[in-house]
Amino acid sequence: MPSESTQPPNPANEIVLRLSGITKRFGPLVANDAISLDLHRGEVLALLGENGAGKTTLMNILFGHYVADEGSIEAFGEALPPGSPKAALARGIGMVHQHFTLADNLTVLDNVVLGTEPLWRARSRHADARAKLARLSETFGLLVRPDARIADLSVGERQRVEILKALYRDARILILDEPTAVLTPQETEALFATLKKLVERGLAIIFISHKLHEVMAVSRRIVVLRQGKLVAERRTAETDRHELAELMVGRPIPEPKVEPIPVGPVALALKAVTLAGEGHPRLQEVSLELHGNEIIGIAGVSGNGQGALADVISGIVKPSNGSLTLFGQEIHHFDPAWMVSSGVARIPEDRHAVGVVGDLSLEENVISARYREAPFSKRGLIDWRAVRDFATRIIADYDVRCPGPQAATRLLSGGNMQKLILGREMARDPRIILANQPTRGLDIGAVRYVHQQLLKARASGAGTLLISEDLDELLTLSDRIVVMYRGRMSAPMARKDVTIRHLGLMMAGHGFGGEAHAA
Amino acid sequence: MRLEPRTEPTRSIWVIAPLVAIAVSFLVAAVLALIGGASPLSVFAAVVRGAAGTQFALVETLTRATPLIFTGLAVAVAFRAKLWNIGAEAQLYAGAIMTVVLGTGALPLPAQILVPMIMVAAMMAGALLLLGPTYLKTHFGVDEVVTTLLLNFIMILFVSMLLDGPLKDPMGLGWPQSKRVIADAALPKLIQGKRLHFGFIIAIGAALIVWFINARTTFGYEMRTVGFNPRAARFAGIPVNWVMAKTALLSGGLAALAGVSEVAGLKGNLTLDLSPGFGYTGIVVAMLAVLHPVGVIAAAIFVAAMFVGADAMSRTVGVPNYIANVMVATALLTMVTAMLFTRFRLKLR
Repeated sequence: MPSESTQPPNPANEIVLRLSGITKRFGPLVANDAISLDLHRGEVLALLGENGAGKTTLMNILFGHYVADEGSIEAFGEALPPGSPKAALARGIGMVHQHFTLADNLTVLDNVVLGTEPLWRARSRHADARAKLARLSETFGLLVRPDARIADLSVGERQRVEILKALYRDARILILDEPTAVLTPQETEALFATLKKLVERGLAIIFISHKLHEVMAVSRRIVVLRQGKLVAERRTAETDRHELAELMVGRPIPEPKVEPIPVGPVALALKAVTLAGEGHPRLQEVSLELHGNEIIGIAGVSGNGQGALADVISGIVKPSNGSLTLFGQEIHHFDPAWMVSSGVARIPEDRHAVGVVGDLSLEENVISARYREAPFSKRGLIDWRAVRDFATRIIADYDVRCPGPQAATRLLSGGNMQKLILGREMARDPRIILANQPTRGLDIGAVRYVHQQLLKARASGAGTLLISEDLDELLTLSDRIVVMYRGRMSAPMARKDVTIRHLGLMMAGHGFGGEAHAA
Repeated sequence: MRLEPRTEPTRSIWVIAPLVAIAVSFLVAAVLALIGGASPLSVFAAVVRGAAGTQFALVETLTRATPLIFTGLAVAVAFRAKLWNIGAEAQLYAGAIMTVVLGTGALPLPAQILVPMIMVAAMMAGALLLLGPTYLKTHFGVDEVVTTLLLNFIMILFVSMLLDGPLKDPMGLGWPQSKRVIADAALPKLIQGKRLHFGFIIAIGAALIVWFINARTTFGYEMRTVGFNPRAARFAGIPVNWVMAKTALLSGGLAALAGVSEVAGLKGNLTLDLSPGFGYTGIVVAMLAVLHPVGVIAAAIFVAAMFVGADAMSRTVGVPNYIANVMVATALLTMVTAMLFTRFRLKLR
């Protein structure tokens, strides 16, 4: 395979970047603990670790956003001055952030050139820049239209622009922070092909990720970080996913077992639900039947109507057309409180902005949808003792690590916040669960926990709609899978009939053309 | 120098911040006193004596604090829900207008009925006045800072029109003032022959009621949740717009009580100079109190003491009483800065 044969003609193992004993503390927290690693010319080094393992901190130190408390960095044999992104850039270190840093209203060429020219030059030398961009784009197979506006590009294309931006600045070391988080499987494959071309030309790449199969697919060496420490270094050829998962978490992780069970009666039915939006509809004639004892996975590139679907089922917006039936009863009054009291549990996509109120305490947050009900309030007066008992029970039952029920919720880690939300939503034995990206950004331990809870609810009769961008998650948990594309929904497919490749094609819109008016 | 977010919030700062704010304001005032040619110590002594040194001074301070407690509460309630009510001044005048409309003889009722009636009517007037901007905010996204602020000017012109028209006192020798309220509409004095009146007790009661609402009722919970995160509140099924409307009613009503209290308790009639900016000073009071209703009482008394004390001081020491404005303003600025440090710490690098 090409990645194994990346032995360039020049000294193959030339060290281009060396981090020695990097330590960074934030108060009592040691984000990076004496981390040393070498990056060789012409290799992809994967930096694997859970959230909070210290990957991003390390890269921010490398790029000069933070200054390490101890340790030093050498690039191409010379010490890199700490705390200077400018020096890092000048030395040929380029970074592609997870969230793109492109100006939407400018063209590709403008974005690439932006920041490389002095501000006071009256006319920019776009002709030279255009030639260089064309050369780079041809050499590395990164096809983009230089005059297209960023706003008109797909996510995959934007990422190409980001990479070109770094190459344009003559980057020889490229850092990619969770680059596949927003890509379809096909786009991911294209990215991996590009990375191979880049290392063949002698670039060195650090690939940051927590997705095991990607790390296995793209890297030559893997470095595992856990709680700020470098815990292992492996040649990719000599390890496997199970070992990596254990190294990442520090303990064995059992795979969830999904046993087939017969489905219950229809719990939730959508019939030709349409939701108007600006321009094109956010939902277009979406029909779906969710039974008890089943999990339906909803796949799709983010922004293809999943959010709108979640809003409708959460009771936040009223569909412009079509009907929604809960347990055989059509809903006319769309209201979140009503949905909750009819047995719908909702795990929102953005737990910080929507799931909880960070400035309120845990106990205040667990009653946010139920504060009007007994025993939490009577005649408009809140019974804080009942609330505290309830919060304490959730904290214990769902293993929420926190200082106590009166602590501010924003102090919780993502995983604990999600456990709190899960506890709040599951506490009343919901019959329908809407889980929108329930494991995004969580570490493996917390992900497994969420999966177990969803499977437990499935076993006890609940129907679950699981919206996720993580195809592994969908293929593991779902009984049936649908794909959303531009507000439309595919027909449900049994899990055994679906492959990642197939899903990827559908996520890119294949098979949706003829179905536009069929539903 | 840069700001870094705190991982652990500090609770002590809620107590320290107001004290630091007051200390800094004294420091700035000391410099001004020196420039004014007086010894800072003698100025402070005169301020304290003027604000609390005698029974007369103390009574005067509490009298001045009374409308500030009402407007401070009005602002604190609204700001808690992130409803930026800058219009307490207008709502105060709305309450004052209702007081003279009902209390100058139009309703010959006994005091036990008339006074509560005036209070309810005034609260409704103030509440409705804030309801308009709130509706525009929740339904059309119109910035309530602008609308409530501009309503203050509209209201003062409206009062001016009334005082030269329908509400003009025929016996007023042409002055733009209303008739005096009848005895049954007046709030009784707390101490015979002194200016302190029953409005002060109502203000304290109002603060305690607001405290209770905040701490114990579902409405208080709703206001807090909506104020901190309207998106999450909406997702949870809290009727955000309705909560905003209820908050507006409470806030506007409280501000209107300041008008009732000033007219029926102190001045006796409505004039154009009824309020020397009590509505605006209410914002300062609420901020100094970190929006806590009981803190509002303390902050209102502090601000009132500064103004009353500075008046007395300027008569004895000869430093202009504007120093009180400077001190209150400095305290506010320090306070707002200090609040920043509850969430962030300053890091030198």
